[in-house]
Amino acid sequence: MSRLVALIASPRSVVFLTAVVFALVIGALNPNFLSVATLIDLLRNSLVTGIFALGVMMVLASGGIDVSFTAVGVFAMYATVSLVLGLDLPMPVVGFFVIAALIGAGLGILNGLLIGVLGLPTLIVTLGTLSFFRGALLTFVGTTYISNVPRNVIAFARTNIVRLENAVGQLVSLPLAFVVLAGVAVVVALMMNVTQFGRKIYAIGGSEEGARRIGIDVGWVKLRIYVIAGGIAGLAGMTHFTLSRMANPFDLVGSELDVIAAVVLGGARITGGHGSVSGALLGALVITMINTSLLSAGVPSYWQKVVVGVLILVGTGLPIAIERFRSQRARLARPA
Amino acid sequence: MAEPLLTMSGISKAYGPVRVLENVDLSLSAGEVRCLAGENGSGKSTLIKILSGVVAADGGTVTIAGRRLGNDARAAIDAGLSVIYQDFSLFPNLTVAENIAFLRFVAQGRRWNNIAEQRRLAGDVLARMSVDIDPRVLVETLPVASKQLIAIARALANDARIIVMDEPTTALTRNEVTRLAGIVAALKDDGVAFLFVSHKTEEVFSFCDTITVLRDGHVVAAGAVGDFDADRLGREMTGRSIAHERIARADAPPQPVFLETRGLTRRGDYADISLELRPGEIVSILGLLGSGRTELAQTLFGMVAADSGEIRIGGEPVAFAHSSEAVEAGIGYVPEDRLTEGLFLDQPIGDNITVASLEQSASGGLLDRRSLAERARRAVERLRIRTPGIEPPVATLSGGNQQRVVLARWMERSPALMILNGPTVGVDIGSKREIHELLVGLNRSGTALLVVTDDIGEALALSDRILVMVNGRITAAFDPRTADEDTLYAAVTTGGDR
Repeated sequence: MSRLVALIASPRSVVFLTAVVFALVIGALNPNFLSVATLIDLLRNSLVTGIFALGVMMVLASGGIDVSFTAVGVFAMYATVSLVLGLDLPMPVVGFFVIAALIGAGLGILNGLLIGVLGLPTLIVTLGTLSFFRGALLTFVGTTYISNVPRNVIAFARTNIVRLENAVGQLVSLPLAFVVLAGVAVVVALMMNVTQFGRKIYAIGGSEEGARRIGIDVGWVKLRIYVIAGGIAGLAGMTHFTLSRMANPFDLVGSELDVIAAVVLGGARITGGHGSVSGALLGALVITMINTSLLSAGVPSYWQKVVVGVLILVGTGLPIAIERFRSQRARLARPA
Repeated sequence: MAEPLLTMSGISKAYGPVRVLENVDLSLSAGEVRCLAGENGSGKSTLIKILSGVVAADGGTVTIAGRRLGNDARAAIDAGLSVIYQDFSLFPNLTVAENIAFLRFVAQGRRWNNIAEQRRLAGDVLARMSVDIDPRVLVETLPVASKQLIAIARALANDARIIVMDEPTTALTRNEVTRLAGIVAALKDDGVAFLFVSHKTEEVFSFCDTITVLRDGHVVAAGAVGDFDADRLGREMTGRSIAHERIARADAPPQPVFLETRGLTRRGDYADISLELRPGEIVSILGLLGSGRTELAQTLFGMVAADSGEIRIGGEPVAFAHSSEAVEAGIGYVPEDRLTEGLFLDQPIGDNITVASLEQSASGGLLDRRSLAERARRAVERLRIRTPGIEPPVATLSGGNQQRVVLARWMERSPALMILNGPTVGVDIGSKREIHELLVGLNRSGTALLVVTDDIGEALALSDRILVMVNGRITAAFDPRTADEDTLYAAVTTGGDR
């Protein structure tokens, strides 16, 4: 009993357990659901959310919040594609990703300057830049779909790491773009844990004043956080482009809250100081599973929102309730 | 003594026309513990900020081990200076080991985070302090006393030779203070020098070798601790003699009991509390941190529930489910931590005073602004709150004046009983006496007072009766007219901490 309590005492394990139970229930409704094919499909569908989530996790760990990343992602993606096609340059696929990351990082500089140098509140700044980046994209760069995707990008999109048939004969595949997610995950994990820069992010999230007092240049660290988060958002945008094989300037914006929910479900706290790569990825998988599997089980899509909402409330509320119950028990156990 | 480790000479600082520090000298030798004493506003904190390189002085020099420091926080840290702030400035979300190593790693400008080295460094420092704390746990799970030890460990890990501590014992129990004194003594032998910023006279005398007293930006006295006693220290800090005997008052006429408890028990916090309180009476509950005093006060105000026992108000049994019911019954509560629990710091003084009694200035659901302002102004006058008006935010007031704002708020409701938890915590000794006089005056006008405190002098000056609380039980009762400090001290500390 107490082991079970310990298990559900952290948001991450609540979410993980719920996800497992959820998968079993869907599996009972639809026996084809529980298979390797489903898992691969799930991974494919959570690629973009997962990459975005890694950038958001960094920001949350530092005690900030970023809602502008989808606008950064779509701006970087669409601008890169327009640029390459407009100049008609022969561009290797890697080049697309590099340019998108650079544009994303460039937009991140604006967030970073406003937050790190001027010290403005992160929510206000990124709400502003969300609207600003998206507006600038649609006003100055373009509003039309770009569907004449370069041949090498199509080839990249068609290259799969794994490809197999599921029980009903549909093909599921894990595209090469998975490498982008894996690469970003490894780099961010190393950065957050092995470098002093990453530890300073957690320190600032834990106590900004404390960080300042031991000589950490808080503004400079924050500036770099938003630049890196911008670069990651650019990579996510480009990944979205290769998966959909079309550059749509109206995509992505609107999914901010899903990504933030994924990161919070993965154990990051809005108040800062907590968050991990594995948690963010787990959160992204769970959110994607809910969004796609309910549909496949024939549940109306509005239910997704309800389930995600319940999961957030239970995942963050249950550990707090357990903690209260424990301290009450500890008090009663003390000698009077 | 040998060449001083730290010399500050001729330090001056002005903010605009206000001269905060004037030609201040201070020195510290290796292995010396000096107390920097002074009231709020005496310039203590500005002096510390100049020392730590956060604020530039207008004149004078700071020299550590023969090296002259400019206005540079990094240089001060490199020279072996470490400031431990009152809130410790630790990272609650990180492990003990990482907290201890962080300052050193930042000071060395490291790029990589070496977890093995972090563990080793933390283990070595904790061993040097003979402190047994698991370096792998998160700091947020630890009690306050351990956090303070970790803050010291962090300074030592960076080879600190001078440790400045701001009000180091405010949140510690008596046993923890003793332990801290032991650690300080051991580090002194290693040649570490300490500068304690404090205005608690007891700890000044038990910790320190030398004292520097600041008043209005000047050093008014400096010397060995043996040259001072509590009276002289108080006089130097405030510039006048501070009385601390019991405040004279006329005896209240006997009246029926207002508040009565019978066998009140909350497991783990307090047990079998029976007491009586009459209108016009001041009763102190004297107990240490962790004695259950705060939980008892909160129970009487309906904030936490008792497990068993009975509370009677005016002879009628009551069971408060919420503090609003206690307020209805005529009880007011001034919490221990007025900054986080009692005041809206960023809001105007006037609003803070009238917020609990809005209905007195309302008709038909609409507020009468003029009446609110009028009442606030009268309260400011009556309680002698030093402020240019009722508009500035409470945060701009000194500790003593903030406390008066909390009192004013409750007095607007004319409660039958006020429960005061630590009414003069963080208040200068000069304004402390004034608050005590105000409270006695309030009491003579009919409000019963229950004072919860660990300050023996306060209990003696204020009370009609003193109840001593140890480990959740009331163990003795004293008459302040005949009791003395030593007897009370012995009564409060017997049994020690849990």
